[in-house]
Amino acid sequence: MPRIRVEVDGSSYEDDVEPRLLLVHYLRDRLGKVGTPVGCDTTNCGACTVLMDGLSVKSCSVLAVQADGREVTTVEGLRAGHPMQRAFHEEHALQCGYCTPGMIMASIDLLRENADPSEDEIRDGLEGNLCRCTGYQNIVRAVRRAATEMRRPASEEVTS
Amino acid sequence: MRPFTYARAATEDEAVAACTDGAAYLGGGTNLVDLMRLGVAEPARLVDVAHLGHDRIERRADGGLRIGAAVTNGDLAADRTVRAEFPLLAQAVLAGASGQIRNLATVGGNLLQRTRCAYFQDVTKPCNKREPGSGCPAREGEHRNLAILGHSAGCVATHPSDMAVALAALDAEVRVRGREGTRTIPFGDLHRLPGTAPERDTCLEPGDLITAVEVPPLRMPSRFRKARERASFAFALVSIAAALRTDVPGGTVTDVRIALGGVAHRPWRARRAEERLRGARASGEAFLRAAEAELEAAEPLRDNGYKVPLARNLIVRTLSGLVAP
Repeated sequence: MPRIRVEVDGSSYEDDVEPRLLLVHYLRDRLGKVGTPVGCDTTNCGACTVLMDGLSVKSCSVLAVQADGREVTTVEGLRAGHPMQRAFHEEHALQCGYCTPGMIMASIDLLRENADPSEDEIRDGLEGNLCRCTGYQNIVRAVRRAATEMRRPASEEVTS
Repeated sequence: MRPFTYARAATEDEAVAACTDGAAYLGGGTNLVDLMRLGVAEPARLVDVAHLGHDRIERRADGGLRIGAAVTNGDLAADRTVRAEFPLLAQAVLAGASGQIRNLATVGGNLLQRTRCAYFQDVTKPCNKREPGSGCPAREGEHRNLAILGHSAGCVATHPSDMAVALAALDAEVRVRGREGTRTIPFGDLHRLPGTAPERDTCLEPGDLITAVEVPPLRMPSRFRKARERASFAFALVSIAAALRTDVPGGTVTDVRIALGGVAHRPWRARRAEERLRGARASGEAFLRAAEAELEAAEPLRDNGYKVPLARNLIVRTLSGLVAP
């Protein structure tokens, strides 16, 4: 069995894994990181999105061995009160909440590429994430809000 | 998923040596892992080729690009040179899949992805591509999204890649490392028409590894467009990658490239249309005649006749946009 070394949410792990083990199952079943849900299980819905070396991927279609030597961030690894998390809360950007971890992680990746996206750019950038409650209006608003906050200089954030 | 063994190759030599019969190369895995989960692909071993140093985009002496096979779709679409000098390639890549998939998918893997024909992906159904000789239910069944050009009695599948359509128009070449050494394949020769062997998508032999794609300089206006059933995250019904140059604005066509996607088992280079246009005056009328000449060869199936006017209109609109942007 191949041995992998992965950094997940700031902690290092070294594990023997079966080659066919999917990253999402490694995170949930081996590491107990159940904040990342399995949604459609077919690479469509994006609920299982995590960051691998800072880039969003769908963890239901990535093999755990592909994460060897990489840094993985799940929704559980965001610092408390991360602006994106707060914006989703404040804009009521979730109904059932199943898509939320994936939406948040994909939105963080979106802002990495484009710090000030328009509504259309957000809709386009989140094309890999589905919300079955169809709560897209508020999701787009939340990303706009988080973008504004995240562009603000750190000094302002402290005083606000 | 069936169990398999996993080997991470550190060099091309190691990769080719490890890719024995029944093995498959793993790039980003965005298509292969899905197919393994569906039971469509059941490799005994995966040879991971994501760490061979093929992840760079380099400028060639002639101004073209050498794109490593392990460059991700995301990096390719974000590359400044690609965006500025090969806009049709960046547009094609961004038209495909979603951000998460583009972050992982590689150039080499993109070219070798399999058709999304529903029968191919469903192991409970016959399919000549998946199981040679079992039959093609698509010909009489669900084929709205399938081929109108170059199909055979045994297979009406289409090639799903958007990127490949742009590379076909760019006269790219594919660098391949095989068991017998390295060779270069003109892009138009990489993918096959189905004929009597639809199980073979490409001319590659077992053990062959795509190491890079060579793209000569373009130096003319270009554009990729994709018609699909919804605005995002869907495969092409018909797509087009085109480039056009005239001697003076509105003058005579001196060079033209047209490739279509979503219409055939491989990216369809519209050579007949190109021949008609070379030396002709650039006009809507000329573009329409050229498109019609190309599509004379179309043999639409019962439910995909709409693709013929769609392809015709895409050709005319796209070329018209290139002469009067």
